[in-house]
Amino acid sequence: MRKYLLKRVFYMILTLFLVASITFFLMKLMPGTPYSNQEKMTPQQIQIMNEQYGLNKPIWMQYLIYLGGMLHGDLGTSFQFSNQPVSYLISSRIGPSAQLGAQAMVFGLFFGIIVGSIAAINRNTWIDTTSTVLSIIGKSVPNFVLAVLLQYYIALKLGWFPIADWGSFSYTVLPTIALGVGPLAETARFIRTGMVDVMNSDYIELAKAKGLSRYGVVYHHALRNSLIPLVTLIGPYTVALMTGSLVIENIFSIPGIGEQFVKSILTNDYPTIMGVTMLFSAGLVVVILLTDIIYGIIDPRIRLSGNGD
Amino acid sequence: MAERILDVKNLKINFHTYAGDVKAIRDVSFHLNKGETLAIVGESGSGKSVTTKSLMGLLANNAEVIGGSIMYHDEDILKKSEKQMQNIRGKEIAMIFQDPMTSLDPTMKIGQQIAEPLMKHKKVEKKKAWAQALDILKLVGISNAEERIKDYPHQFSGGQRQRIVIAIALVCYPEILIADEPTTALDVTIQAQILQLMKELQAKIETSIIFITHDLGVVAGMADRVAVMYAGQIVEYGTVDEIFYNPQHPYTWGLLNSMPTLTSTKLEAIPGTPPDLLDPPKGDPFAARNPYAMKIDVEQQPPFFKVSETHYAATWLLHPDAPKVTPPEEIVRRHQLFAKMTHQSV
Repeated sequence: MRKYLLKRVFYMILTLFLVASITFFLMKLMPGTPYSNQEKMTPQQIQIMNEQYGLNKPIWMQYLIYLGGMLHGDLGTSFQFSNQPVSYLISSRIGPSAQLGAQAMVFGLFFGIIVGSIAAINRNTWIDTTSTVLSIIGKSVPNFVLAVLLQYYIALKLGWFPIADWGSFSYTVLPTIALGVGPLAETARFIRTGMVDVMNSDYIELAKAKGLSRYGVVYHHALRNSLIPLVTLIGPYTVALMTGSLVIENIFSIPGIGEQFVKSILTNDYPTIMGVTMLFSAGLVVVILLTDIIYGIIDPRIRLSGNGD
Repeated sequence: MAERILDVKNLKINFHTYAGDVKAIRDVSFHLNKGETLAIVGESGSGKSVTTKSLMGLLANNAEVIGGSIMYHDEDILKKSEKQMQNIRGKEIAMIFQDPMTSLDPTMKIGQQIAEPLMKHKKVEKKKAWAQALDILKLVGISNAEERIKDYPHQFSGGQRQRIVIAIALVCYPEILIADEPTTALDVTIQAQILQLMKELQAKIETSIIFITHDLGVVAGMADRVAVMYAGQIVEYGTVDEIFYNPQHPYTWGLLNSMPTLTSTKLEAIPGTPPDLLDPPKGDPFAARNPYAMKIDVEQQPPFFKVSETHYAATWLLHPDAPKVTPPEEIVRRHQLFAKMTHQSV
């Protein structure tokens, strides 16, 4: 197991290195400069600024300098956000984004599994049909549309939760729902399909023949086996929640990373673009590793040799 | 007379399908004596499995019992609620399934799978249930049971898995064990081991077995009595010797004739296919495939004719007015053997 983990960590670092390299050069290909009113600046001013930020050096050298800095944990200084170090920018804003993402994930998976299971157990009844229709709607409606609807009806008309901004838990409820409904719908459809298959299998018949109750059969035997295909979705979900939160954070004016990321791209704020991209990539490769480990926990058949009990 | 623990009377089961009602079980009656093994033999689709599922109360959603009764300890199983059935299943009537490769939960340790019925029915706490699971695991012949109890199904071979399935079925010491083709999915040497194991355990646990199979070879070594099913009906039943050596129904003749013997050079098949149970024939369902069929076979269903106290067959050939027919050579040989056997025992 340790050998396997070491190997995986090596590949993760390799992946991150490739992401950093590709992003760096692609970013340099973007039109424009980091200066917002370049036409008013004299060539000397530009020269001075370029020297100060190291932008006068050849691109390959800038690249090596950046990589060198990154190895020491130095992600550079933002051009736009009051010259703050990127690492500080990220660490001060990661909290709300991470909290929102995690909440949306838990909300989506939890209710998705419940809705999907209920639909599967009551297959081909009105419950199943209703859940399918709702899932399709949940999957089809873009989360920013849902966000605005929630703001208008739940926050403005009913006044149950704040419309926007960031503060106590109640501020997180609407953005969590807006962000989590997509994953919820997809989870529900996945679990439903998986469980219908599982419920027709021989071991469910055997579980019934043991005299277990309907609940016992579903909870102890069907659920875990239907969860296996769902694990595959966790990776894509993470990406969806990361990118989805870009828009949602804007709508609910949440001081998260997404908002900053969009601004940094629009203003060619190279260090911030790199920093946030690397953060997202690192998050993703870690999630992929976790997914593989979760697979092994849920399904003993794919557990790695040496990782027995 | 032996104590009857199960008495099935005039059972009729239909399956609702888009094409219409399939009459899967058409007036089936049989009984099970305490401690014996009853084999139900028949080809695919003859209704063997449906019959046993009805005993467990595990019929598919589109199945409907339209008549009859299943008396178990003077109570009709068919009248019991799902809740009451849950208390019978696994505890008093347990079942072994056909395919051990798919009948164990792949994500649960086998110890837990064996302990589950105990925890459910005997309200045993987990630790004690696992201890009992270990005992039964040893009993079914899993070596190194202390360690293997924590393994998952994929870590066992097919034969071992069927032993585990048997352990699950027997862990509550059920009164009736239904074995639905328990050896069909196994290769021949493992088959013999599993059958031997079932016999040993039957003696130890004193359970009665209903053994479903299409393999007459297996029946000969296992059963005390045999019921032959065809097209949703029982056509002949009797003790294992009576069915094997004094068969009376042409379908039983056909089955035995299609079994390889030491002297047979060529296997005889029964021509044709079973009737469509969406619209069963009016007369004897076997008439169309029966070389000995008479006019009455097409018009009227034969009743059971008594051959001996324990042996009955539903064929018009046993009617006093029926012409004498000569069965296939192999059957004549068996009849002669039977005559010798009874002569000796008398």
